[in-house]
Amino acid sequence: MSQPQAGTPKAEKPDKGAFPGTSAITAILREPRTEILGRARRGGIMLPFLVLFIVLSISSGPFFTKANLLAILDQQASTLIIAAAGTLVLVAGGIDLSVGATYALASVVATKLALSSSPVLAILAGIAVGLVVGLVNGVIATFFRINSLIATLAMSFVIAGLASLATSGNLIIAYTALGYAALARTSFLAVNTSTWTMIAVVIALGVVLSRTIAGRYMYAAGSNAEAARLAGVRVQLIRLTTFVISGGAAALGGIIDASRVLSAQASNGETTLTFTVLAGIVVGGTSILGGEGAIWRTVVGTLFIALIGNGFVLLGLNPLYEQITLGGILLIAVGADAWSRLRTR
Amino acid sequence: MARLIGPASERHQGVHVELRDISKSFGGTHALEGVSLAIGHGSIHAMVGENGAGKSTLGKILSGVHSPDHGQLLLAGEPVRFRSPRDAISRGVILIAQELATVPSLTVAENVFLGVEPRHAGFQNRRELRRRYTELAASVGFELDGDANVGRLRTADQQKVEILRALCRNAQLIVMDEPTAALSRPDAEALHLVVRQLARSGTTVVLVSHFLNEVLELADEVTILRDGRLVQTVPAAGQTEDSLLSAMLGRPLDAAFPPRRPVPADAPVLLSVRGLTAPGVNDVSFDLRAGEILGLAGLVGAGRTELARAVYRANRVRAGTVSVTGPADAVGMVSVTGTPRTAMRAGLAMIPESRKEQGLLPGRSVVENVTLSSLAQISRAGIVRPRPERRAVRDMLAKVDVRGGSQAAAASALSGGNQQKLLFARSLLRDPLVLIADEPTRGVDVGAKRAIYQLLASLTGRGLGVLLISSDVEEILGLAHRVLVMRAGQIAAEFSGDAATEAAILGAAFGATERGA
Repeated sequence: MSQPQAGTPKAEKPDKGAFPGTSAITAILREPRTEILGRARRGGIMLPFLVLFIVLSISSGPFFTKANLLAILDQQASTLIIAAAGTLVLVAGGIDLSVGATYALASVVATKLALSSSPVLAILAGIAVGLVVGLVNGVIATFFRINSLIATLAMSFVIAGLASLATSGNLIIAYTALGYAALARTSFLAVNTSTWTMIAVVIALGVVLSRTIAGRYMYAAGSNAEAARLAGVRVQLIRLTTFVISGGAAALGGIIDASRVLSAQASNGETTLTFTVLAGIVVGGTSILGGEGAIWRTVVGTLFIALIGNGFVLLGLNPLYEQITLGGILLIAVGADAWSRLRTR
Repeated sequence: MARLIGPASERHQGVHVELRDISKSFGGTHALEGVSLAIGHGSIHAMVGENGAGKSTLGKILSGVHSPDHGQLLLAGEPVRFRSPRDAISRGVILIAQELATVPSLTVAENVFLGVEPRHAGFQNRRELRRRYTELAASVGFELDGDANVGRLRTADQQKVEILRALCRNAQLIVMDEPTAALSRPDAEALHLVVRQLARSGTTVVLVSHFLNEVLELADEVTILRDGRLVQTVPAAGQTEDSLLSAMLGRPLDAAFPPRRPVPADAPVLLSVRGLTAPGVNDVSFDLRAGEILGLAGLVGAGRTELARAVYRANRVRAGTVSVTGPADAVGMVSVTGTPRTAMRAGLAMIPESRKEQGLLPGRSVVENVTLSSLAQISRAGIVRPRPERRAVRDMLAKVDVRGGSQAAAASALSGGNQQKLLFARSLLRDPLVLIADEPTRGVDVGAKRAIYQLLASLTGRGLGVLLISSDVEEILGLAHRVLVMRAGQIAAEFSGDAATEAAILGAAFGATERGA
């Protein structure tokens, strides 16, 4: 403000019971709110992630060790693969709530087949199941124009039912299928293949989203579907593709985890996985309303959540607070998105 | 009820609300810059200006919808800061927006007292409601049945409901944004009476309006805005429509249009539409030649946009052919089942009617917005190559005259005019044969308007055919070589040369003349 506003603070009548500090906070929020929030969202998650990383490195001896960090990556491999693919779905303006169920279905199909046939066939069949599920999701959400939230929610029940049917509700154990275990357990350059697979998938999807024509179309479809259509983008086809990729990724994640423990059951994954994946994407800063986001954000967001979990364990904190913390962070992430949209409109 | 006017009101008698050096910007665009004015108690104060001049923004700042970035608002001499419309309402300032906010399924009385209805132990007290409604309606002289369903009322009567609602919340100052825009003549006149009544009973009315005759008839004072700045505040008496117009525009009215290049006699037909039938379009045929601007005039709802969208296959088409003749006489036919994608490939491009809803990717960068339709040209193996992309965008933005701003900026941060030019850039990057421009100057400032006129003229110089839709008859007359007038989904008349006059076009649009030459 260039002009002094004499008497303004008095006359303005602050809110009832306002704390002395609140006016400063509201001033920060009020003036260049767009810029602060916009920047916070653009760089966003990186800063809290680094702070958390450094705090954990200092406060916990075992945290900053190769073994612990590699273990985190390995544990998060399937989540990161699914979340990276889910980012494409969100960017293109959809949402996939069926990934948990697809993860379970693919893992039981692949594990069952690994008992009787070659591991390669088992893995390919599992992924094929995921792709088909994704295709069905995509067709329902695009050509039948059913909101993808509802479409994939309904589909998740169907898929979970199929997984239960396939296993008759039992745990499938494949301790003898050592070839199958190679998918996750082989170590290459001291890093597990599951981690390598994750890195490859994440980079590939990152390139697709940020460098290719298809990626541009995904952003366009999510940002303004009608504008994209009039500009010649096949919006439905693009959205369908993202669902297929998401289904395939969910299947791959399920198979990797099943091959790690050499067993699978229909209750694997389920809704917890779906929401962990979504939380990672959203905390990273990808908008649930479509048109904005990036794979690297999802990676950082997912690892941020993983670090919180890791930190609670290493520091011996009450795990009950972990969920509360996560919920709070998620609300802040979504709130920042909604606010910055409101302000830039 | 909250304190409405502080003790300061005695000292500041006369002035109801005062704005001091108010500025407001959205994204990178200044909507208002350093506007100061004072509005007297019980007066009717009009705000006029072109689209984008800032008059609606000013109304919204007055009523707490927006808060100013800079500057001060004084209500009865006391500085105030409205955090929300609710905040403003509690201080007696109420906005009646362009889009009405009534609940159609409730009755008139229920709508009026919505949120402040007389209650008894949580239940609505219907008798009390009716009694208060009758009293309120009588106090301003409205004859409106309190038990009527609002959904069935005419727009003018719904407007009365909004006014009554404002009054029952003890409104001292009512901001009306384009209150008569959607009204027929008699209804508008009825509303004028209401506004005068309000002022006489001591309510201050701020009237944001496009209609200069209305402003001159009603207002005590007129504030003229141009490009977000205050031009002047003057007593309405002594002003004329012409004086207001030239103050709004800051220049004489003519000289806005570039000289028209004649269409060469041997110019080939580029676009040929035959028997096109689609929702809102009934058996339309026309030709468009190279270098020609074909104007499409008509009333709102006559089917102009529908025709454009049918040609571009943005709407489903029932029958008819659209063929585009390219260089070397290659004819591209757009099939009935086509999509915008196929129309685009045949050589058509369209600037849609609403750039916000149908054109822009608001959160995406300028680059991404411009190259969206031509990514294949600047990619290899499906991967977009950044350097050729940036170069293509830079060259095209220079051609359509987008100045300032970085390519990485979000499209939503550009001004309306630059956003529109950005859509031109997207279309032209594909090098189309025919450009369909639907209301290309709606909501852009004067400078951008002229730039767009120049651009359209220069495109025809390069041999493009342009189908121009505009509700501004002057614009059509100033730019088009030939004018088609639509009425009820059909082409009602065609004019060219001296036969194309405002009277002839309006006559045909209202159905006074039959299809001519």
